[in-house]
Amino acid sequence: MPNTAIKLENISKSYLKGQISSGTLSRDIESQLAKWFNKKTEKTIENKNEKIWSLDDISFELKQGEALGIIGKNGAGKSTLLKILSRVTTPTKGTIKGNGRIASLLEVGTGFHPELTGRENIFLNGAILGMKKHEIKKNFDEIVDFSGVESYIDTPVKRYSSGMYVRLAFAVAAHLESEILIVDEVLAVGDADFQKKCLGKMGSISKGEGRTVLFVSHNMQSIQNLCTKALLLNNGTMQGFGDVPKMIGEYLQNNEVLIPLNERIDRKGDGKVKVVGINFIDEKYKNITNNIYVGMDLIIEVELSSNQFNLSSNLEISLGISDQLGTRITLISNKVSDQNLIPLANGNWIQKISIKKIPLAMGKYSITTFVASNGNIHDWLIDAAPITIESDSYFGELVHTLPSGQGNFYLDFKYL
Amino acid sequence: MSRITQHEWVIKSKSSNYTLDLKSTLAYKDLFFLFIKRDFVAFYKQTILGPLWFFIQPLLTMFVFTFVFGKIGNISTNNLPKPLFYLPGIICWNYFAECILKNSTVFRDNANLFSKVYFPRIILPMSIVFSSMVRFFIQMLLFVVVLVIYYINGFKFHINIAILSLPFLLILMAALGQGIGLIISSLTTKYRDLALLVNFGVQLLMFSTTVAYPLAAAPKNLQFWIALNPMTTILETFRYSFLGQGQFSLTALLITTIATLIIFFTGIFLFNKVEKDFIDTI
Repeated sequence: MPNTAIKLENISKSYLKGQISSGTLSRDIESQLAKWFNKKTEKTIENKNEKIWSLDDISFELKQGEALGIIGKNGAGKSTLLKILSRVTTPTKGTIKGNGRIASLLEVGTGFHPELTGRENIFLNGAILGMKKHEIKKNFDEIVDFSGVESYIDTPVKRYSSGMYVRLAFAVAAHLESEILIVDEVLAVGDADFQKKCLGKMGSISKGEGRTVLFVSHNMQSIQNLCTKALLLNNGTMQGFGDVPKMIGEYLQNNEVLIPLNERIDRKGDGKVKVVGINFIDEKYKNITNNIYVGMDLIIEVELSSNQFNLSSNLEISLGISDQLGTRITLISNKVSDQNLIPLANGNWIQKISIKKIPLAMGKYSITTFVASNGNIHDWLIDAAPITIESDSYFGELVHTLPSGQGNFYLDFKYL
Repeated sequence: MSRITQHEWVIKSKSSNYTLDLKSTLAYKDLFFLFIKRDFVAFYKQTILGPLWFFIQPLLTMFVFTFVFGKIGNISTNNLPKPLFYLPGIICWNYFAECILKNSTVFRDNANLFSKVYFPRIILPMSIVFSSMVRFFIQMLLFVVVLVIYYINGFKFHINIAILSLPFLLILMAALGQGIGLIISSLTTKYRDLALLVNFGVQLLMFSTTVAYPLAAAPKNLQFWIALNPMTTILETFRYSFLGQGQFSLTALLITTIATLIIFFTGIFLFNKVEKDFIDTI
């Protein structure tokens, strides 16, 4: 019977809702003074003590050599759990007991310095990830070999292509000598061949070398291939733990529950045509998804229902995209692209809209739907569906996001 | 076949702010040295003149001080040649100021690293203090060269036994700079506007230290307050040991040491406290 590798007991993590402090001393003094003199200012911070539990009472145990896949929707607490396990942040309640060195890979290339050479960065990155110098030395040739950048090993990494950079970074991480390995979705980078190589390496780590792996992914295929157990998180609570196919099944079922658009009554228009559903489809894998990434090819399915519609009408279906502050960023409309729409018949039909290489920056957006014909508004639904764009690369293989405050969309530019 | 390991660990919700976990910090000593190397190599590679900067900066400052304070301001330097008087003050102050400034932005500069990987956080500020030391030693060489030039030209000075306190003075400066820097960095994670004051504050602090004038030349009623500044004692002892001029007092050194220890441990304590939930607030 193998030993316990890691054991979580009632792990919970809470965050304070809203701003904890205004961030500047003068504001804080101001609001403190206002409190003393019983004045109410807009700047007084409310809900100061309201807590949000991003993880609530998580307990499980893993034996040595087991591979756990952690699945759940965005915001289910996966990242928080990984951060606690990696000791980047501390749990609010609970205890974790473990046996064996733990190495975590929340990001590849953490701490890489652009001015240093590949060789220097291998040592630096290895040490940041918890390796000793002699261990890195021992594995050095293997790391270089795995990365395939031998000829550039004494070149500063700022001259590397993004692909080389990622390969070198993953190579270091893959050769960590730890008994427990924690991996976030870092495999979403790199070309297909290299991804396969990484997954192969992960498989051999858990199956061949008897090390324990904790793995977060949105890719159910790789969870199924790699993991011996799965943990399903939902809103910070444990929804299930155990059998992999069963957990994946539960997760997929859960995820199909969409916001019941057809039950919304806060619409404007005469209601001759109504938007009753919006689905997002990953064009590459042809599946419904809520995980939308920067630069992805997306198909939006708009489900419409009509009771008395004149087929010859000049139909307009528009989707307005607004940012979190409610500012309209862009409009998808067949009036803009000058396309005529032909509804199939009275009843329900689906209008598909394809968007190539989504240029929106990472963040939350909202879609407003608008249906009209010949100047008559049929259906106008503000904030019909949220859309969350997740960080990914718009240009190369490596994820370079726009710096915050530098706008919210990418231009498809190129330096010549 | 499962590996047999004795390495057991526990993560708890609460741990003490007072302790430096020496055992786990020592396990990361390789990382500590690599951080020092990284800082030095990166600085060296990013500049055109490379290590020449280490010499240009104190020399230029020395000339400016000689001109402004010496020639225009006519401030006494205790009968010492002006460059010889200013240089050690400038070098020590440079080191001290760099420790403060770099430590004071340690959270901001390393937010990404801190949010992705665990290592004992204290390693990073400690490595800053040591990588800055490399520069200090190189500049000390410059001082020795200037000293030798003056000696050849017939200037007599009295290097004395107090020079043995040099390593101790360096440790005091490092600990003091580290302590103040960490206190500032812990406060600036909550109050960003304090960061604006730091550069300015360090500059002001320089004038309350005996960098550009000897303690004896200060007005009598202010001397007590200037001497209260721990850096004053360090600088005075430093000058005394090389040049035989300045005020050397064991009592002052003792008080400085105690003050430094208090500031240093306050810094460590605040750093440990902030470090724990810093990631949750960015």
